[in-house]
Amino acid sequence: MTTFKIKNRLAKDKLMLWSVCVLAAFTAVPLLAILGEVLLRGYDQLSWSFFTEPTPTAYKAMKAIEAGEPIPGGIANGIIGTMIMLGMAVIVAVPVGILCGAFLAENSKNRFAQVVSYLTDLLQGTPSVIIGIITYIWIVVPMKGYSAIAGSVALCIMMLPLIIRSTEETLKILPASLKEAGLALGGNKARVMLKVQLPAAFGGIFTGVLLAISRVIGETAPLMFTALGCSLIRFSIDKPISAVPLLIWEFFNDPNLQELIWGASLFLLLFVLTLNLLSKYLAKKWNQ
Amino acid sequence: MNDKIYRVILFIAALIVPTVCGGVIYALVTDAYDAFEYFGFFKFLTSSEWSYTEGAEQYGALPFITGTLMTTLLALVFCIPFSLPVALFVGEYFKGTKIAAVLSTVTDLLAGIPSIIYGLWGFYTLRPIIMALDISEQGSGILTASLVLAIMIIPYAASLSAEFIKMVPNDLKEGAYSLGATRAEVIRKVVFPVAGSGIFSSYVLAIGRALGETMTVTMLIGNTNNIPDSITSTGNSMASIIANQFGEADGLRLSSLIAIGLILFLITAAINMVGKIMIKRARIS
Repeated sequence: MTTFKIKNRLAKDKLMLWSVCVLAAFTAVPLLAILGEVLLRGYDQLSWSFFTEPTPTAYKAMKAIEAGEPIPGGIANGIIGTMIMLGMAVIVAVPVGILCGAFLAENSKNRFAQVVSYLTDLLQGTPSVIIGIITYIWIVVPMKGYSAIAGSVALCIMMLPLIIRSTEETLKILPASLKEAGLALGGNKARVMLKVQLPAAFGGIFTGVLLAISRVIGETAPLMFTALGCSLIRFSIDKPISAVPLLIWEFFNDPNLQELIWGASLFLLLFVLTLNLLSKYLAKKWNQ
Repeated sequence: MNDKIYRVILFIAALIVPTVCGGVIYALVTDAYDAFEYFGFFKFLTSSEWSYTEGAEQYGALPFITGTLMTTLLALVFCIPFSLPVALFVGEYFKGTKIAAVLSTVTDLLAGIPSIIYGLWGFYTLRPIIMALDISEQGSGILTASLVLAIMIIPYAASLSAEFIKMVPNDLKEGAYSLGATRAEVIRKVVFPVAGSGIFSSYVLAIGRALGETMTVTMLIGNTNNIPDSITSTGNSMASIIANQFGEADGLRLSSLIAIGLILFLITAAINMVGKIMIKRARIS
């Protein structure tokens, strides 16, 4: 009787171990399935012209399909649009985010800092579609038109909380002796922050920025109401502009352009996953 | 640069966050006001009409609130059987090993995939499977959207739960082992009770993620403005109705969409706040 009981318990133990392993391994399936599908369907679309030419019109694409030729054109307008909007967002979000993170790290017991910290969480949890609505109300309506500026404001608002958090957390885990040594040498707080703390925290902040970029680069919803999209290659920041995820959405909705979905998705996916892996690798390397 | 200027600069930078948050709430409330005034706040929440025939416009948020709640809860149900094993794998069984690091990289990458690509995958791979299995005729609907949503929130739930599982003190576990408990029993009787509140809060935060997910749901839910009557029927979530109609809306319809945005914002903010407070408590104890 007792041996049966023990055997039963051991069997349960084993069953638990195996089901945990199998179910956990199962989470790799969607990743591989998505990667595989995008790779298989997208790799033959990637060519030089795919990155240098703008999106074809639906009419041109239809003609090409009727003639049995591959669809001409590519996603250059989206790549340039993404780079312009992302660049503008980074220029604003990185310094402001670092300063704000420094404020939170230096005044962690302050009442106001606690409120800011809570609101940072609130902003981080806000759905991206709402950031889109807000930027529409703030920028698109007063400017009377969709623009790259509006798109970059939306991306900037989404990046801010991520950069603030990573700066704050990296500064907080620096040894206190580092700051104290700087102060003891006669540097004032600003100097110690600029010359000692921020350089020491550079690795953490940098990986935080990379992660923030990879988070917002695939965002579609906030750009739909702000940047709108455009089929020309454009460098002006006060006109509608395209972005890679916006193009994917456009291709998805236009039966004539559907063939282009996978090349664009492959490009976006590889870019995002590389940034992700790179930031993880750098974080590990700099932590040692 | 002296200390005073430095402090002022930091303070100004920190002011940006409250300013943005205040601006978000102010803009949403003022622009949603028209809809609430025209239909009445509670009438708007409980009406299931959504028609924009000129002169007889009728907008209500109930179908979309239902759609959001259904997809989110269903996604949570589908997510638990996978995220909990991942958390146990990373935080308990293979804690600190290489294979655990590989698995957490896999989940990190899952979290990194843009939602529009999840939507594409759901549309071109999962939808045909659902149609082939005869679960629903058109393939898209609440069920399809929540399946993909579940995959998307696994990383968030799993990584946070794993953190709490890792924090369970070793002497507690060793105490149970010395009494002859098997590993499964230790997990059930020691790890879960100790880490339970932390694990629970990580699922609350995962819900917060799922509520506002836009593109995936828009591509998969079927986009019909009715209250879904079963999990296989089509519908619309709060985020997807905004994504679908915001670009072409004006006047009262625009205001109604913004009102839906305000409701979504308040719900996510409340869920996130509850989750954060619970996590803080779980970390202290």
